[in-house]
Amino acid sequence: MYNNENVILNQCPNTGKDSLNAISIRDLNVFADKTQILKSLNIDIPKHKITVILGPSGCGKTTLLKSMNRLTDLYKALEVSGQICIHGEDILLSHKDMSALRQKTGLLSQKPYPLPVSLYKNITYGPKLKGIKNKKILDKIVTRQLKEVGLWEEVKDRLNASPDCLSIGQQQRLCLARGLAVKPSIILADEPTSALDPTSSQIIEKQFMKIKKTYTIVLVTHVVRQAMRLADYVVFMHNGEIIETGGVEIFKNPKTDQMKEYLINGN
Amino acid sequence: MGRFRYSYNFITGKWMLVTLAVILCLPVIIGISLGIRSADLLHDNGLIDLLFSSAWAPSKGEFGFLPFILSSLYVTIIAFVLAAPVCLLAAMYITQFSKPRMMKIMYPVADVMAGIPSVIYGMWGIIVIIPFVRDVLAPLFNVHTTGYSILSGGIVLAVMCIPYMLNMLIESFKTVPQGLRESALALGATHWQMVKHVVVRKSFPGILSAFGLGITKAFGETLAVMMVVGNVVQFSLNPFDPAYPLPALIANNFGEMMSIPMYDSALMFAALILLVVILIINLFFRYFIYRSKKIR
Ligand SMILES: Nc1ncnc2c1ncn2[C@@H]1O[C@H](COP(=O)(O)OP(=O)(O)O)[C@@H](O)[C@H]1O
Ligand SMILES: [Mg+2]
Repeated sequence: MYNNENVILNQCPNTGKDSLNAISIRDLNVFADKTQILKSLNIDIPKHKITVILGPSGCGKTTLLKSMNRLTDLYKALEVSGQICIHGEDILLSHKDMSALRQKTGLLSQKPYPLPVSLYKNITYGPKLKGIKNKKILDKIVTRQLKEVGLWEEVKDRLNASPDCLSIGQQQRLCLARGLAVKPSIILADEPTSALDPTSSQIIEKQFMKIKKTYTIVLVTHVVRQAMRLADYVVFMHNGEIIETGGVEIFKNPKTDQMKEYLINGN
Repeated sequence: MGRFRYSYNFITGKWMLVTLAVILCLPVIIGISLGIRSADLLHDNGLIDLLFSSAWAPSKGEFGFLPFILSSLYVTIIAFVLAAPVCLLAAMYITQFSKPRMMKIMYPVADVMAGIPSVIYGMWGIIVIIPFVRDVLAPLFNVHTTGYSILSGGIVLAVMCIPYMLNMLIESFKTVPQGLRESALALGATHWQMVKHVVVRKSFPGILSAFGLGITKAFGETLAVMMVVGNVVQFSLNPFDPAYPLPALIANNFGEMMSIPMYDSALMFAALILLVVILIINLFFRYFIYRSKKIR
Protein backbone atom coordinates (compact mmCIF):
# COMPACT_ATOMS: atom_id res chain seq x y z
CA MET A 1 0.00 0.00 0.00
CA TYR A 2 2.85 2.42 0.76
CA ASN A 3 5.31 2.93 -2.01
CA ASN A 4 8.43 3.99 -0.22
CA GLU A 5 11.25 2.51 -2.21
CA ASN A 6 12.79 5.83 -3.17
CA VAL A 7 11.99 7.46 0.13
CA ILE A 8 14.06 5.06 2.18
CA LEU A 9 17.13 6.42 0.41
CA ASN A 10 16.26 9.98 1.35
CA GLN A 11 17.07 11.12 4.81
CA CYS A 12 14.32 12.23 7.11
CA PRO A 13 14.37 16.02 7.60
CA ASN A 14 15.22 16.97 11.14
CA THR A 15 12.13 16.85 13.31
CA GLY A 16 13.87 15.75 16.46
CA LYS A 17 14.18 17.50 19.80
CA ASP A 18 16.45 20.33 18.70
CA SER A 19 14.53 21.06 15.50
CA LEU A 20 12.15 23.94 14.99
CA ASN A 21 9.76 21.71 13.10
CA ALA A 22 7.52 19.08 14.59
CA ILE A 23 6.39 17.55 11.32
CA SER A 24 8.03 17.56 7.92
CA ILE A 25 6.06 16.41 4.92
CA ARG A 26 7.85 15.68 1.68
CA ASP A 27 6.29 14.87 -1.65
CA LEU A 28 3.11 13.50 -0.14
CA ASN A 29 0.78 12.03 -2.73
CA VAL A 30 -2.54 10.40 -2.01
CA PHE A 31 -4.55 8.62 -4.65
CA ALA A 32 -8.06 7.25 -4.36
CA ASP A 33 -8.19 4.69 -7.12
CA LYS A 34 -7.25 6.83 -10.15
CA THR A 35 -7.98 10.30 -8.79
CA GLN A 36 -5.27 12.18 -6.99
CA ILE A 37 -6.50 13.72 -3.74
CA LEU A 38 -3.21 15.21 -2.53
CA LYS A 39 -0.65 16.40 -5.05
CA SER A 40 2.98 16.33 -4.03
CA LEU A 41 2.70 18.28 -0.79
CA ASN A 42 5.72 19.69 1.04
CA ILE A 43 5.06 21.22 4.44
CA ASP A 44 7.13 21.98 7.51
CA ILE A 45 4.99 22.36 10.58
CA PRO A 46 6.62 24.52 13.27
CA LYS A 47 6.80 23.38 16.85
CA HIS A 48 4.60 24.89 19.56
CA LYS A 49 2.70 26.92 17.03
CA ILE A 50 -0.78 26.67 15.56
CA THR A 51 -0.55 25.71 11.92
CA VAL A 52 -3.82 26.31 10.16
CA ILE A 53 -4.64 24.29 7.09
CA LEU A 54 -7.15 26.40 5.25
CA GLY A 55 -9.13 25.61 2.17
CA PRO A 56 -12.55 24.95 0.73
CA SER A 57 -14.43 21.71 1.37
CA GLY A 58 -13.15 18.78 -0.61
CA CYS A 59 -9.66 20.19 -1.12
CA GLY A 60 -8.10 17.32 0.84
CA LYS A 61 -7.61 18.83 4.31
CA THR A 62 -9.04 15.85 6.17
CA THR A 63 -7.06 13.43 4.06
CA LEU A 64 -3.86 15.34 4.82
CA LEU A 65 -4.61 15.26 8.54
CA LYS A 66 -5.47 11.56 8.51
CA SER A 67 -2.22 10.76 6.74
CA MET A 68 -0.40 12.25 9.72
CA ASN A 69 -1.63 9.52 12.05
CA ARG A 70 -2.14 6.84 9.44
CA LEU A 71 -5.91 6.75 9.78
CA THR A 72 -5.72 6.62 5.99
CA ASP A 73 -4.91 2.94 6.52
CA LEU A 74 -8.59 2.37 7.22
CA TYR A 75 -9.58 3.23 3.68
CA LYS A 76 -8.51 0.50 1.35
CA ALA A 77 -9.03 2.76 -1.67
CA LEU A 78 -6.42 5.30 -0.55
CA GLU A 79 -2.83 4.97 -1.65
CA VAL A 80 -0.36 7.13 0.23
CA SER A 81 3.21 7.78 -0.83
CA GLY A 82 5.93 10.19 0.17
CA GLN A 83 7.36 11.03 3.52
CA ILE A 84 5.89 12.33 6.77
CA CYS A 85 8.52 12.78 9.45
CA ILE A 86 7.59 13.09 13.09
CA HIS A 87 10.29 12.95 15.76
CA GLY A 88 12.87 12.20 13.11
CA GLU A 89 11.01 9.14 11.90
CA ASP A 90 9.09 8.56 8.70
CA ILE A 91 5.69 7.36 9.86
CA LEU A 92 4.66 6.21 6.40
CA LEU A 93 7.23 3.43 6.45
CA SER A 94 5.73 0.10 7.42
CA HIS A 95 5.49 0.40 11.12
CA LYS A 96 5.51 -2.24 13.79
CA ASP A 97 3.88 -0.33 16.61
CA MET A 98 0.97 1.56 15.13
CA SER A 99 -0.43 2.31 18.60
CA ALA A 100 2.72 4.11 19.69
CA LEU A 101 2.81 5.95 16.40
CA ARG A 102 -0.77 7.15 16.74
CA GLN A 103 -0.22 8.13 20.35
CA LYS A 104 2.32 10.72 19.19
CA THR A 105 -0.65 12.71 18.02
CA GLY A 106 -4.00 13.53 19.56
CA LEU A 107 -7.00 13.70 17.24
CA LEU A 108 -9.93 16.03 17.54
CA SER A 109 -12.57 15.38 14.92
CA GLN A 110 -15.32 17.45 13.37
CA LYS A 111 -17.90 16.14 15.82
CA PRO A 112 -17.15 14.95 19.32
CA TYR A 113 -17.14 11.16 19.48
CA PRO A 114 -16.96 10.25 23.16
CA LEU A 115 -16.28 6.55 23.74
CA PRO A 116 -19.33 4.67 25.03
CA VAL A 117 -17.96 4.57 28.57
CA SER A 118 -17.94 6.91 31.56
CA LEU A 119 -16.22 10.30 31.54
CA TYR A 120 -13.45 8.88 33.70
CA LYS A 121 -12.86 5.93 31.40
CA ASN A 122 -12.87 8.18 28.35
CA ILE A 123 -9.80 9.93 29.72
CA THR A 124 -8.06 6.80 30.97
CA TYR A 125 -8.62 4.81 27.77
CA GLY A 126 -5.42 5.94 26.07
CA PRO A 127 -3.19 5.77 29.17
CA LYS A 128 -4.53 2.28 29.93
CA LEU A 129 -3.63 1.14 26.42
CA LYS A 130 -0.15 2.42 27.18
CA GLY A 131 -0.08 0.03 30.13
CA ILE A 132 -0.74 2.42 33.00
CA LYS A 133 -2.81 0.50 35.53
CA ASN A 134 -2.12 2.26 38.81
CA LYS A 135 -5.38 3.78 40.03
CA LYS A 136 -3.67 6.73 41.68
CA ILE A 137 -1.79 7.66 38.53
CA LEU A 138 -4.94 7.31 36.46
CA ASP A 139 -6.86 9.51 38.91
CA LYS A 140 -4.15 12.11 38.59
CA ILE A 141 -4.24 11.99 34.81
CA VAL A 142 -8.01 12.45 34.81
CA THR A 143 -7.83 15.44 37.11
CA ARG A 144 -4.94 17.02 35.25
CA GLN A 145 -6.42 16.60 31.78
CA LEU A 146 -9.88 17.78 32.74
CA LYS A 147 -8.33 20.84 34.36
CA GLU A 148 -6.18 21.46 31.31
CA VAL A 149 -9.28 21.75 29.10
CA GLY A 150 -11.26 23.64 31.73
CA LEU A 151 -13.82 20.90 32.25
CA TRP A 152 -12.91 19.84 35.76
CA GLU A 153 -15.21 22.16 37.68
CA GLU A 154 -18.13 21.21 35.46
CA VAL A 155 -17.83 17.43 35.76
CA LYS A 156 -15.83 16.61 38.88
CA ASP A 157 -18.93 15.34 40.70
CA ARG A 158 -20.03 12.97 37.95
CA LEU A 159 -16.92 11.33 36.59
CA ASN A 160 -18.74 8.01 36.37
CA ALA A 161 -21.61 9.40 34.35
CA SER A 162 -22.01 8.76 30.66
CA PRO A 163 -20.73 11.46 28.29
CA ASP A 164 -24.27 11.68 26.91
CA CYS A 165 -25.10 13.99 29.79
CA LEU A 166 -22.62 16.59 28.56
CA SER A 167 -23.38 19.33 26.07
CA ILE A 168 -21.77 18.93 22.69
CA GLY A 169 -19.23 21.63 23.52
CA GLN A 170 -18.30 19.87 26.75
CA GLN A 171 -18.04 16.59 24.84
CA GLN A 172 -15.58 18.17 22.43
CA ARG A 173 -13.46 19.35 25.34
CA LEU A 174 -13.67 15.86 26.80
CA CYS A 175 -12.35 14.51 23.52
CA LEU A 176 -9.51 17.00 23.64
CA ALA A 177 -8.70 15.99 27.21
CA ARG A 178 -8.83 12.32 26.23
CA GLY A 179 -6.40 12.96 23.39
CA LEU A 180 -4.03 14.91 25.62
CA ALA A 181 -4.03 12.11 28.19
CA VAL A 182 -1.77 9.95 26.01
CA LYS A 183 0.79 12.76 26.16
CA PRO A 184 1.08 13.48 22.47
CA SER A 185 3.32 16.27 21.28
CA ILE A 186 1.04 17.11 18.39
CA ILE A 187 -2.68 17.80 18.20
CA LEU A 188 -4.48 17.19 14.94
CA ALA A 189 -7.80 19.02 14.89
CA ASP A 190 -10.17 18.60 11.96
CA GLU A 191 -12.63 21.49 11.95
CA PRO A 192 -13.11 20.90 15.69
CA THR A 193 -15.61 23.71 16.15
CA SER A 194 -17.79 23.20 13.11
CA ALA A 195 -20.47 21.37 15.09
CA LEU A 196 -20.33 23.70 18.08
CA ASP A 197 -22.18 26.83 19.09
CA PRO A 198 -20.21 30.12 19.12
CA THR A 199 -19.60 30.04 22.87
CA SER A 200 -18.27 26.48 22.89
CA SER A 201 -16.18 27.26 19.81
CA GLN A 202 -14.66 30.16 21.62
CA ILE A 203 -13.78 27.98 24.59
CA ILE A 204 -12.04 25.47 22.33
CA GLU A 205 -10.17 28.25 20.55
CA LYS A 206 -9.02 29.65 23.90
CA GLN A 207 -7.83 26.20 24.93
CA PHE A 208 -5.77 26.00 21.77
CA MET A 209 -4.15 29.37 22.43
CA LYS A 210 -3.39 28.22 25.95
CA ILE A 211 -1.95 24.80 25.20
CA LYS A 212 0.13 25.74 22.16
CA LYS A 213 2.97 26.48 24.57
CA THR A 214 3.32 22.74 25.13
CA TYR A 215 1.82 21.23 22.00
CA THR A 216 2.16 21.61 18.28
CA ILE A 217 -1.30 22.15 16.86
CA VAL A 218 -2.41 21.41 13.33
CA LEU A 219 -5.82 22.91 12.84
CA VAL A 220 -7.91 22.25 9.78
CA THR A 221 -10.58 24.79 9.02
CA HIS A 222 -12.48 26.29 6.16
CA VAL A 223 -13.41 29.39 8.16
CA VAL A 224 -11.13 32.30 7.30
CA ARG A 225 -11.92 34.25 10.46
CA GLN A 226 -11.04 31.34 12.68
CA ALA A 227 -7.79 30.94 10.78
CA MET A 228 -7.04 34.63 11.30
CA ARG A 229 -7.75 34.40 15.01
CA LEU A 230 -5.58 31.37 15.67
CA ALA A 231 -2.93 30.91 13.01
CA ASP A 232 0.76 31.32 13.51
CA TYR A 233 1.42 29.65 10.22
CA VAL A 234 -1.01 29.17 7.36
CA VAL A 235 -1.18 26.53 4.67
CA PHE A 236 -3.74 27.36 2.03
CA MET A 237 -4.89 24.41 -0.04
CA HIS A 238 -6.99 24.09 -3.11
CA ASN A 239 -7.82 20.96 -5.07
CA GLY A 240 -5.24 18.86 -3.28
CA GLU A 241 -2.44 21.33 -3.87
CA ILE A 242 -0.72 23.82 -1.61
CA ILE A 243 -1.34 27.23 -3.11
CA GLU A 244 0.26 29.45 -0.54
CA THR A 245 1.98 29.21 2.82
CA GLY A 246 3.23 31.79 5.27
CA GLY A 247 2.69 33.66 8.51
CA VAL A 248 -0.41 35.70 9.37
CA GLU A 249 0.72 38.40 6.95
CA ILE A 250 -0.61 36.35 4.06
CA PHE A 251 -4.13 37.28 5.10
CA LYS A 252 -3.23 40.90 4.35
CA ASN A 253 -1.14 40.30 1.28
CA PRO A 254 -2.28 37.14 -0.46
CA LYS A 255 -0.05 36.45 -3.42
CA THR A 256 -2.27 34.16 -5.44
CA ASP A 257 -5.62 34.83 -7.01
CA GLN A 258 -7.12 31.69 -5.50
CA MET A 259 -6.25 32.80 -1.98
CA LYS A 260 -7.48 36.35 -2.68
CA GLU A 261 -10.77 35.00 -3.90
CA TYR A 262 -11.13 32.64 -0.95
CA LEU A 263 -10.46 35.42 1.53
CA ILE A 264 -13.21 37.47 -0.07
CA ASN A 265 -15.81 34.73 -0.53
CA GLY A 266 -14.92 32.30 2.21
CA ASN A 267 -15.99 34.80 4.92
CA MET B 1 -63.37 21.91 -0.22
CA GLY B 2 -62.05 23.01 3.16
CA ARG B 3 -64.82 21.19 4.88
CA PHE B 4 -64.25 18.10 2.87
CA ARG B 5 -60.59 18.15 3.70
CA TYR B 6 -61.41 18.61 7.35
CA SER B 7 -63.66 15.57 7.49
CA TYR B 8 -61.23 13.67 5.33
CA ASN B 9 -58.45 14.39 7.79
CA PHE B 10 -60.72 13.56 10.66
CA ILE B 11 -61.69 10.20 9.20
CA THR B 12 -58.20 9.18 8.16
CA GLY B 13 -56.88 10.39 11.51
CA LYS B 14 -59.47 8.35 13.36
CA TRP B 15 -58.87 5.33 11.18
CA MET B 16 -55.19 5.45 11.83
CA LEU B 17 -55.90 5.55 15.52
CA VAL B 18 -58.28 2.61 15.24
CA THR B 19 -55.83 0.50 13.25
CA LEU B 20 -53.13 1.35 15.75
CA ALA B 21 -55.41 0.38 18.62
CA VAL B 22 -56.24 -2.92 16.91
CA ILE B 23 -52.55 -3.72 16.50
CA LEU B 24 -51.79 -2.79 20.10
CA CYS B 25 -54.72 -4.88 21.37
CA LEU B 26 -53.98 -7.96 19.28
CA PRO B 27 -51.63 -9.68 21.71
CA VAL B 28 -54.03 -8.94 24.55
CA ILE B 29 -57.00 -10.27 22.59
CA ILE B 30 -55.10 -13.42 21.67
CA GLY B 31 -54.01 -13.87 25.27
CA ILE B 32 -57.50 -13.37 26.65
CA SER B 33 -59.16 -15.74 24.19
CA LEU B 34 -56.57 -18.42 24.94
CA GLY B 35 -57.06 -17.78 28.65
CA ILE B 36 -60.83 -18.17 28.40
CA ARG B 37 -60.54 -21.39 26.43
CA SER B 38 -58.07 -22.92 28.88
CA ALA B 39 -60.03 -21.82 31.95
CA ASP B 40 -61.74 -25.22 32.30
CA LEU B 41 -58.46 -27.07 32.48
CA LEU B 42 -56.99 -24.53 34.90
CA HIS B 43 -60.03 -24.92 37.09
CA ASP B 44 -59.87 -28.72 37.15
CA ASN B 45 -56.14 -29.33 37.42
CA GLY B 46 -54.73 -26.19 39.01
CA LEU B 47 -51.90 -24.04 37.65
CA ILE B 48 -49.09 -25.53 39.73
CA ASP B 49 -49.93 -29.07 38.72
CA LEU B 50 -50.21 -28.15 35.06
CA LEU B 51 -46.85 -26.40 34.97
CA PHE B 52 -44.81 -28.65 37.22
CA SER B 53 -46.20 -32.13 36.78
CA SER B 54 -44.75 -34.41 34.14
CA ALA B 55 -47.62 -36.88 34.06
CA TRP B 56 -49.10 -36.69 30.59
CA ALA B 57 -52.12 -38.94 30.00
CA PRO B 58 -54.88 -36.93 28.35
CA SER B 59 -57.32 -39.86 28.34
CA LYS B 60 -57.01 -40.09 32.13
CA GLY B 61 -57.28 -36.35 32.51
CA GLU B 62 -53.62 -35.94 33.46
CA PHE B 63 -52.06 -32.89 31.90
CA GLY B 64 -48.55 -32.18 33.12
CA PHE B 65 -46.85 -29.72 30.79
CA LEU B 66 -43.39 -29.84 32.35
CA PRO B 67 -41.80 -32.14 29.72
CA PHE B 68 -43.06 -29.90 26.92
CA ILE B 69 -41.89 -26.71 28.54
CA LEU B 70 -38.46 -28.14 29.31
CA SER B 71 -38.15 -29.60 25.80
CA SER B 72 -38.93 -26.24 24.29
CA LEU B 73 -36.41 -24.49 26.50
CA TYR B 74 -33.72 -27.09 25.85
CA VAL B 75 -34.08 -27.01 22.08
CA THR B 76 -34.10 -23.21 22.16
CA ILE B 77 -31.00 -23.00 24.32
CA ILE B 78 -29.10 -25.39 22.05
CA ALA B 79 -30.14 -23.39 19.00
CA PHE B 80 -29.10 -20.15 20.64
CA VAL B 81 -25.77 -21.48 21.88
CA LEU B 82 -24.97 -22.72 18.38
CA ALA B 83 -26.20 -19.71 16.44
CA ALA B 84 -25.27 -16.72 18.61
CA PRO B 85 -21.46 -16.97 18.50
CA VAL B 86 -21.51 -17.79 14.80
CA CYS B 87 -23.67 -14.77 14.03
CA LEU B 88 -21.70 -12.49 16.31
CA LEU B 89 -18.35 -13.39 14.79
CA ALA B 90 -19.68 -13.36 11.24
CA ALA B 91 -21.30 -9.95 11.71
CA MET B 92 -18.13 -8.63 13.30
CA TYR B 93 -16.04 -9.92 10.44
CA ILE B 94 -18.35 -8.61 7.75
CA THR B 95 -18.65 -5.12 9.21
CA GLN B 96 -15.20 -4.61 10.71
CA PHE B 97 -12.63 -6.68 8.91
CA SER B 98 -13.74 -7.69 5.43
CA LYS B 99 -14.06 -5.70 2.23
CA PRO B 100 -17.34 -3.79 1.80
CA ARG B 101 -18.21 -6.16 -1.03
CA MET B 102 -18.73 -8.94 1.51
CA MET B 103 -21.72 -7.11 2.93
CA LYS B 104 -23.31 -6.79 -0.50
CA ILE B 105 -23.08 -10.56 -0.92
CA MET B 106 -24.27 -11.29 2.61
CA TYR B 107 -27.54 -9.38 2.56
CA PRO B 108 -29.25 -11.26 -0.28
CA VAL B 109 -28.01 -14.58 1.13
CA ALA B 110 -29.49 -13.79 4.51
CA ASP B 111 -32.72 -12.60 2.91
CA VAL B 112 -33.06 -15.81 0.94
CA MET B 113 -32.32 -17.84 4.06
CA ALA B 114 -34.99 -15.95 5.98
CA GLY B 115 -37.47 -16.46 3.18
CA ILE B 116 -37.12 -20.24 2.92
CA PRO B 117 -40.31 -21.86 4.31
CA SER B 118 -39.80 -23.80 7.50
CA VAL B 119 -41.00 -27.04 5.91
CA ILE B 120 -37.93 -26.94 3.70
CA TYR B 121 -35.67 -26.53 6.71
CA GLY B 122 -37.49 -29.51 8.20
CA MET B 123 -36.93 -31.62 5.12
CA TRP B 124 -33.30 -30.60 5.03
CA GLY B 125 -33.05 -31.56 8.68
CA ILE B 126 -34.40 -35.02 7.95
CA ILE B 127 -32.17 -35.57 4.93
CA VAL B 128 -28.95 -34.07 6.26
CA ILE B 129 -28.97 -33.29 9.98
CA ILE B 130 -30.60 -36.50 11.23
CA PRO B 131 -28.06 -38.79 9.52
CA PHE B 132 -25.28 -36.43 10.56
CA VAL B 133 -26.32 -36.59 14.20
CA ARG B 134 -26.93 -40.35 14.06
CA ASP B 135 -23.85 -41.44 12.11
CA VAL B 136 -21.27 -38.76 12.88
CA LEU B 137 -21.95 -36.98 16.16
CA ALA B 138 -23.47 -39.84 18.18
CA PRO B 139 -20.57 -42.26 17.62
CA LEU B 140 -18.19 -39.52 18.77
CA PHE B 141 -19.91 -39.56 22.14
CA ASN B 142 -20.54 -43.29 22.13
CA VAL B 143 -24.30 -43.01 22.20
CA HIS B 144 -26.97 -44.64 20.16
CA THR B 145 -29.70 -42.53 18.65
CA THR B 146 -32.23 -42.56 15.86
CA GLY B 147 -31.12 -39.05 15.02
CA TYR B 148 -34.55 -37.65 15.84
CA SER B 149 -33.39 -35.71 18.85
CA ILE B 150 -33.11 -32.48 20.79
CA LEU B 151 -29.76 -31.87 19.16
CA SER B 152 -31.15 -32.21 15.64
CA GLY B 153 -33.96 -29.82 16.54
CA GLY B 154 -31.44 -27.38 17.98
CA ILE B 155 -29.22 -27.51 14.91
CA VAL B 156 -32.11 -26.96 12.49
CA LEU B 157 -33.40 -24.11 14.65
CA ALA B 158 -29.97 -22.57 14.84
CA VAL B 159 -29.73 -22.47 11.07
CA MET B 160 -33.19 -20.94 10.89
CA CYS B 161 -32.31 -18.20 13.40
CA ILE B 162 -29.06 -17.24 11.74
CA PRO B 163 -30.42 -14.92 9.02
CA TYR B 164 -32.51 -12.92 11.49
CA MET B 165 -29.80 -12.52 14.08
CA LEU B 166 -27.09 -11.91 11.49
CA ASN B 167 -29.03 -9.17 9.74
CA MET B 168 -29.79 -7.41 12.99
CA LEU B 169 -26.23 -7.69 14.24
CA ILE B 170 -24.83 -6.34 10.98
CA GLU B 171 -27.28 -3.46 11.13
CA SER B 172 -26.35 -2.56 14.67
CA PHE B 173 -22.59 -2.84 14.05
CA LYS B 174 -22.98 -0.66 10.99
CA THR B 175 -24.56 2.15 12.97
CA VAL B 176 -21.35 2.70 14.95
CA PRO B 177 -20.03 5.95 13.47
CA GLN B 178 -16.77 5.84 11.55
CA GLY B 179 -15.57 8.86 13.55
CA LEU B 180 -15.95 6.93 16.79
CA ARG B 181 -13.94 4.03 15.45
CA GLU B 182 -11.25 6.41 14.27
CA SER B 183 -11.20 8.10 17.67
CA ALA B 184 -10.40 4.83 19.39
CA LEU B 185 -7.65 4.03 16.88
CA ALA B 186 -6.22 7.52 17.25
CA LEU B 187 -5.95 6.94 20.99
CA GLY B 188 -3.72 3.96 20.27
CA ALA B 189 -6.17 1.05 20.17
CA THR B 190 -5.40 -1.79 17.81
CA HIS B 191 -8.09 -2.72 15.33
CA TRP B 192 -9.26 -5.61 17.48
CA GLN B 193 -9.25 -3.52 20.67
CA MET B 194 -11.29 -0.89 18.86
CA VAL B 195 -13.85 -3.49 17.81
CA LYS B 196 -14.00 -4.99 21.29
CA HIS B 197 -14.10 -1.78 23.32
CA VAL B 198 -16.04 0.50 21.04
CA VAL B 199 -18.03 -1.30 18.37
CA VAL B 200 -19.32 -4.11 20.57
CA ARG B 201 -20.03 -1.84 23.49
CA LYS B 202 -21.69 0.85 21.41
CA SER B 203 -23.95 -1.69 19.73
CA PHE B 204 -24.62 -3.73 22.86
CA PRO B 205 -28.33 -2.86 22.96
CA GLY B 206 -28.54 -3.95 19.32
CA ILE B 207 -26.76 -7.20 20.10
CA LEU B 208 -29.26 -7.88 22.88
CA SER B 209 -32.20 -7.15 20.56
CA ALA B 210 -30.79 -9.51 17.97
CA PHE B 211 -30.35 -12.25 20.56
CA GLY B 212 -33.85 -11.66 21.91
CA LEU B 213 -35.30 -11.93 18.44
CA GLY B 214 -33.35 -15.11 17.77
CA ILE B 215 -34.49 -16.75 20.99
CA THR B 216 -38.17 -15.91 20.57
CA LYS B 217 -37.98 -17.05 16.96
CA ALA B 218 -36.45 -20.36 18.04
CA PHE B 219 -38.90 -20.83 20.88
CA GLY B 220 -41.96 -20.38 18.71
CA GLU B 221 -40.78 -22.23 15.60
CA THR B 222 -43.04 -25.21 15.04
CA LEU B 223 -42.91 -27.16 11.85
CA ALA B 224 -39.21 -27.63 11.22
CA VAL B 225 -38.50 -28.68 14.80
CA MET B 226 -41.48 -30.99 14.87
CA MET B 227 -40.08 -32.85 11.87
CA VAL B 228 -36.73 -33.68 13.49
CA VAL B 229 -37.15 -33.65 17.25
CA GLY B 230 -38.82 -37.05 17.63
CA ASN B 231 -41.94 -35.95 19.51
CA VAL B 232 -41.72 -38.25 22.52
CA VAL B 233 -43.25 -37.01 25.75
CA GLN B 234 -40.28 -37.11 28.08
CA PHE B 235 -37.57 -34.93 29.32
CA SER B 236 -34.00 -36.06 29.21
CA LEU B 237 -30.83 -34.03 29.59
CA ASN B 238 -29.19 -36.16 26.93
CA PRO B 239 -29.36 -34.08 23.74
CA PHE B 240 -29.39 -37.28 21.65
CA ASP B 241 -32.79 -38.23 23.11
CA PRO B 242 -36.02 -37.15 21.48
CA ALA B 243 -38.24 -34.50 23.02
CA TYR B 244 -41.57 -32.83 22.48
CA PRO B 245 -41.63 -29.02 22.38
CA LEU B 246 -44.82 -27.06 23.01
CA PRO B 247 -45.48 -25.84 19.46
CA ALA B 248 -45.13 -29.42 18.20
CA LEU B 249 -47.68 -30.61 20.76
CA ILE B 250 -50.22 -28.08 19.56
CA ALA B 251 -49.64 -28.64 15.86
CA ASN B 252 -49.60 -32.44 16.10
CA ASN B 253 -52.80 -32.81 18.08
CA PHE B 254 -54.88 -29.95 16.89
CA GLY B 255 -56.93 -32.17 14.55
CA GLU B 256 -58.09 -34.56 17.27
CA MET B 257 -58.48 -32.19 20.14
CA MET B 258 -62.23 -32.73 20.33
CA SER B 259 -61.95 -36.50 20.74
CA ILE B 260 -60.74 -36.46 24.36
CA PRO B 261 -62.39 -34.40 27.12
CA MET B 262 -60.41 -31.34 28.14
CA TYR B 263 -57.86 -31.97 25.38
CA ASP B 264 -58.93 -28.81 23.51
CA SER B 265 -58.59 -26.82 26.68
CA ALA B 266 -55.14 -28.34 27.24
CA LEU B 267 -53.92 -27.34 23.80
CA MET B 268 -55.21 -23.81 24.35
CA PHE B 269 -53.31 -23.79 27.59
CA ALA B 270 -50.16 -24.94 25.76
CA ALA B 271 -50.58 -22.02 23.39
CA LEU B 272 -51.03 -19.71 26.35
CA ILE B 273 -47.80 -20.94 27.93
CA LEU B 274 -46.02 -20.35 24.64
CA LEU B 275 -47.37 -16.82 24.47
CA VAL B 276 -46.50 -16.03 28.07
CA VAL B 277 -42.96 -17.41 27.78
CA ILE B 278 -42.32 -15.36 24.66
CA LEU B 279 -43.70 -12.34 26.47
CA ILE B 280 -41.38 -12.99 29.41
CA ILE B 281 -38.36 -13.41 27.14
CA ASN B 282 -39.24 -10.14 25.44
CA LEU B 283 -39.65 -8.26 28.71
CA PHE B 284 -36.42 -9.74 29.99
CA PHE B 285 -34.48 -8.51 26.94
CA ARG B 286 -36.27 -5.15 26.96
CA TYR B 287 -35.17 -4.69 30.52
CA PHE B 288 -31.54 -5.52 29.75
CA ILE B 289 -31.54 -3.34 26.65
CA TYR B 290 -32.88 -0.51 28.77
CA ARG B 291 -30.25 -1.15 31.43
CA SER B 292 -27.40 -1.39 28.94
CA LYS B 293 -28.43 1.91 27.38
CA LYS B 294 -28.34 3.64 30.73
CA ILE B 295 -25.27 2.20 32.38
CA ARG B 296 -22.06 1.57 30.56
N1 LIG C 1 -11.68 7.10 1.29
C1 LIG C 1 -11.84 7.84 0.18
N2 LIG C 1 -12.07 7.23 -0.99
C2 LIG C 1 -12.23 7.98 -2.12
N3 LIG C 1 -12.19 9.31 -2.16
C3 LIG C 1 -11.96 9.98 -1.03
C4 LIG C 1 -11.78 9.28 0.20
N4 LIG C 1 -11.57 10.19 1.18
C5 LIG C 1 -11.62 11.40 0.57
N5 LIG C 1 -11.86 11.27 -0.75
C6 LIG C 1 -11.96 12.38 -1.71
O1 LIG C 1 -10.88 13.24 -1.52
C7 LIG C 1 -11.27 14.60 -1.63
C8 LIG C 1 -10.82 15.36 -0.41
O2 LIG C 1 -11.56 14.95 0.71
P1 LIG C 1 -11.29 15.53 2.16
O3 LIG C 1 -9.89 15.25 2.52
O4 LIG C 1 -12.32 14.98 3.06
O5 LIG C 1 -11.51 17.09 1.95
P2 LIG C 1 -11.81 18.21 3.02
O6 LIG C 1 -11.54 17.68 4.38
O7 LIG C 1 -10.88 19.32 2.63
O8 LIG C 1 -13.22 18.64 2.84
C9 LIG C 1 -12.75 14.61 -1.84
O9 LIG C 1 -13.01 14.85 -3.19
C10 LIG C 1 -13.19 13.23 -1.45
O10 LIG C 1 -14.26 12.82 -2.27
MG1 LIG D 1 -12.87 17.56 6.03
